[in-house]
Amino acid sequence: MNALDRKLLRDFQRLWAQALAIALVLACGVAILLTTFGTYISLEDTRSAYYERNRFADVFADANRAPLWLMQEVRQIDGVLAADARISKFAVLDVPGQEETVTARLLSLPDNGNLQLNLPVLREGRLPSPGSDHEVAVNQPFAKANNLRPGDTFRANLNGYQRVLTLTGTLLSPEFIYTIGPGALMPDNEAFGIVWMRQTAISAAYDMQGAFNNVTLKLGRNANIDDVIDRLDDMLAPYGGLGAYGRDVQLSNSFIDSELEQQRTGAIILPPIFYAISAFLVSMVIGRIIALERSEIGLLKAIGYSNTEVCIHYLLLAILIALAGTLIGWAAGTWLARALARLYAQFFDFPYLIYNLSYTAYALSGLLAIASAGLGAARSAMRAARLPPAVAMAPPAPPRFKRRFLDQILTALHLSQPVMMILRSLMRWPVRSAFTVLGFALAAAVLVASGFFTSALDEMIDTTFNRSNRQDAILLFDPGVPETALASVTRLPGVLRAEGQQFQSAVLRNGHLEKEAAIEARRPGADLARIISTDGQAIDPPGHGLLLSRRLAAQLAVRPGDVIEVEFLGGINETHKVPVTGVVTQYVGLGAYMDIETLSRLLRQAPQITVANLKVDPKALPELHHVLKTTPNLSGLVLLDKMQRSFEATIRENVVIMTTIYLTVAVLITIGVAYNGARIQLSERARELASLRILGFSRGEVSFILLGETMLLALIAQPLGWLFGAGIAAALAEGSSSDLYAIPLVLKPAGFATASLVVLAAALISSLAVRRRLDRLDLVQVMKTRE
Amino acid sequence: MNTVFRTQDLSKVYDTGDLKVRALDGVDLELFSGELAVLLGPSGSGKSTLLNILGGLDHATAGKVWFRDLELTSLNDRSLTRYRRDHVGFVFQFYNLVASLTARENVQLVTDVAPNPMPAEEALAQVGLEHRLDHFPAEMSGGEQQRVAIARAIAKRPEVLLCDEPTGALDSKTGIQVLEVLRDVNDRLGTSTAVITHNAGIRKMAHRVVYFLDGRIDRVEENTTRIAPAEISW
Repeated sequence: MNALDRKLLRDFQRLWAQALAIALVLACGVAILLTTFGTYISLEDTRSAYYERNRFADVFADANRAPLWLMQEVRQIDGVLAADARISKFAVLDVPGQEETVTARLLSLPDNGNLQLNLPVLREGRLPSPGSDHEVAVNQPFAKANNLRPGDTFRANLNGYQRVLTLTGTLLSPEFIYTIGPGALMPDNEAFGIVWMRQTAISAAYDMQGAFNNVTLKLGRNANIDDVIDRLDDMLAPYGGLGAYGRDVQLSNSFIDSELEQQRTGAIILPPIFYAISAFLVSMVIGRIIALERSEIGLLKAIGYSNTEVCIHYLLLAILIALAGTLIGWAAGTWLARALARLYAQFFDFPYLIYNLSYTAYALSGLLAIASAGLGAARSAMRAARLPPAVAMAPPAPPRFKRRFLDQILTALHLSQPVMMILRSLMRWPVRSAFTVLGFALAAAVLVASGFFTSALDEMIDTTFNRSNRQDAILLFDPGVPETALASVTRLPGVLRAEGQQFQSAVLRNGHLEKEAAIEARRPGADLARIISTDGQAIDPPGHGLLLSRRLAAQLAVRPGDVIEVEFLGGINETHKVPVTGVVTQYVGLGAYMDIETLSRLLRQAPQITVANLKVDPKALPELHHVLKTTPNLSGLVLLDKMQRSFEATIRENVVIMTTIYLTVAVLITIGVAYNGARIQLSERARELASLRILGFSRGEVSFILLGETMLLALIAQPLGWLFGAGIAAALAEGSSSDLYAIPLVLKPAGFATASLVVLAAALISSLAVRRRLDRLDLVQVMKTRE
Repeated sequence: MNTVFRTQDLSKVYDTGDLKVRALDGVDLELFSGELAVLLGPSGSGKSTLLNILGGLDHATAGKVWFRDLELTSLNDRSLTRYRRDHVGFVFQFYNLVASLTARENVQLVTDVAPNPMPAEEALAQVGLEHRLDHFPAEMSGGEQQRVAIARAIAKRPEVLLCDEPTGALDSKTGIQVLEVLRDVNDRLGTSTAVITHNAGIRKMAHRVVYFLDGRIDRVEENTTRIAPAEISW
């Protein structure tokens, strides 16, 4: 190792605190890039491999009951490579040891074993024997959650008949990577499962011989998916077709899509911020070092080192910092990516994970770190290289302070000299001051944005569970039952109050714009499941016409008073013109509401219900479950209290993780900016400050000048940080808005205050760490040292 | 005697916007191989400017400079760097040691890049610092630091040694030690040496003394008898 390299290493050692402060900020960028980019790639790779190997379908459709011979025509549709007809039903299970009612989706397996699409992966045991009427396989997570093993039995209510089913094996399917039950907000493997049964058994139980109610298609590479969907809709329409859809709307797939989108956004938006701040910090620190080492640079040149060698020497210092940041970032990123993979394992059921935390992700994040540090140092290093040796050997000229317009104002204000020193210094280095403010502002913005998540979720949970959905349980009926059945529901044990609702699938159309939606029909004055607008009002659907959620109205470009076409799906394929009578702003779902009388009149039938909302005496719950397990026509049960608890627990856990990460990030940015800023000021002002001490200034007064500038900049940054934070929050709210939900933009004063307090406190503590150096300053020594 | 340096009508003007400072104003000078020359004059008289130009640290505004047959005033930055690396040793008033490197490593800074250097240990032994090899600058006295600087300058076996106020920051005792080292190097290695000083006492140890005044050479004296550094009255 040559002497210049040894100098490099020693300089790095000497600067460790400043280097670490920068390296940590850089590490945030590296870690986040590695995590988001790595997770994105591994999730995407895993999903496409899984889809490819297990032939995940491209188009899905449900109907009431279609004849099997229709499949010949379906297979003839232009672009269709393969098609599977299945029977799909919802049923209530009675699982041993499980007091609560369990809901399952039953799916048929062909008896001859030639399933073509959505091939399940056998995880344990075997498939049900062809022709067997009692053997079933279930999805692996459901078996795990309920402690079911091959050979175990459980009871099921199939079409009103109690049956004992024997488990032969557990499966995973590309259709159910994300498995969520009807009416649920998130996966609950204990309460909802997928049950595969042989076709003969299921068609016998549901009287579906020679028929199917679910079809999936695989399309050729050049097929036009919209045309195929249109053709399929036309074919299924006479058989109660419920509207075909592509992968983008398939529940499991669309959840993974939204997760991928989040990772992608994360990879694009966040890391550049950290890389940019690091570049600024590196430029500030290297700039100062070069100013301090002016004479050493002169010396190096005097003894024959070339401009390039000098330039590289200082660039290498920046690169060492970048390497430190990269290593810390890689470690943190690898750990974070593992944690994220564990989190995904909770929600996503893959048979394997192609976990290429690829070399590309490592290389890219590291190269960007080195590039940003290098860029930050480049200007200073090049200045050092260009510094003529004779000039470098001479002491630098004192910074040129000039009287400007602002100075006249300052003079007029009769400020004290220390305050004047602070303000003049800010104006003397406006770019540096501006970047410092920007750094602090970004730290505050990150905190404001993270606080927004908590407030928004509180608001959503309060609206969804406390004001809108006040029922304890929801009973699901498939097919629907007459509204008069509500009387028998009321007589169930422990039921204090019951209200009915009908969900009717329909296509809403305005000109060329159309959207499939479930129209929710109810009686006025329903008190258990209410429609709550964002201003907290409970609203009843109008006596005639449709009440639409604002996002649905926007998608259809309609306003109250407009008339839209409503095409009912599932049996009664009629189209009616219905006026839009109102619009309500809501967070969850794309709601469309109608009075149940109006809907029944349009459907020309006695009022039906598909859902019963219950208020239940908690003491009677076990008895209620016992009865429900044998209730005919019941296809599912949702317990609101349990759902709210699991929703809150999961979301809270995620919010705590997110908040911790954001807080760490904000504090690291603040430390990086404040500590380096104060260190550089101390170094620039050591003589000045020592002179003041000699003139009789106290330690406190001298510290005031040192800390004053940093803290003043931190203060100035706060309003800017609030503004950025609100902007980021708005972008996050906007970006996360989907058909499933919209995150409300809730910004509370407390959130802004907390953000500012954290940033100011971190800035103060970082500056105080530098102040300790000021206290130790040897006055005589400093005055003797040549600048 | 061979000429090492020759200048012809050399001028240097520092232009700082409103103010033009004429640091050198038509200097014609020859320095000879193996001689120890002292450049004497008040501060601002142009000695350091001349030394910087001779050492290839600075460019002249007008006039010409030759190092042997090499015209320095025609060289670009890259060639000047080459010239400094191969031929010149510098000693400065404030030592200019790299604080983060030990004595040995400071010398190695030069031996790493010079074409035919002596080992760093040998250079330090030449200045009597063989027992301080692994000390950092902060652990040494001013005189020792300056001797490290001299060791660093001679380690490349330079043809010329340019010293700018080498004793300016030292007390008389350590200053004399440093001068003894310079004289010793000049005597034993035959290195042509130019020493800038405003301490008139030092002139008596030189072969020749060049007096500067207002950017010009006032006069040149030759010492018929030289005295040893120890005899110099400070």
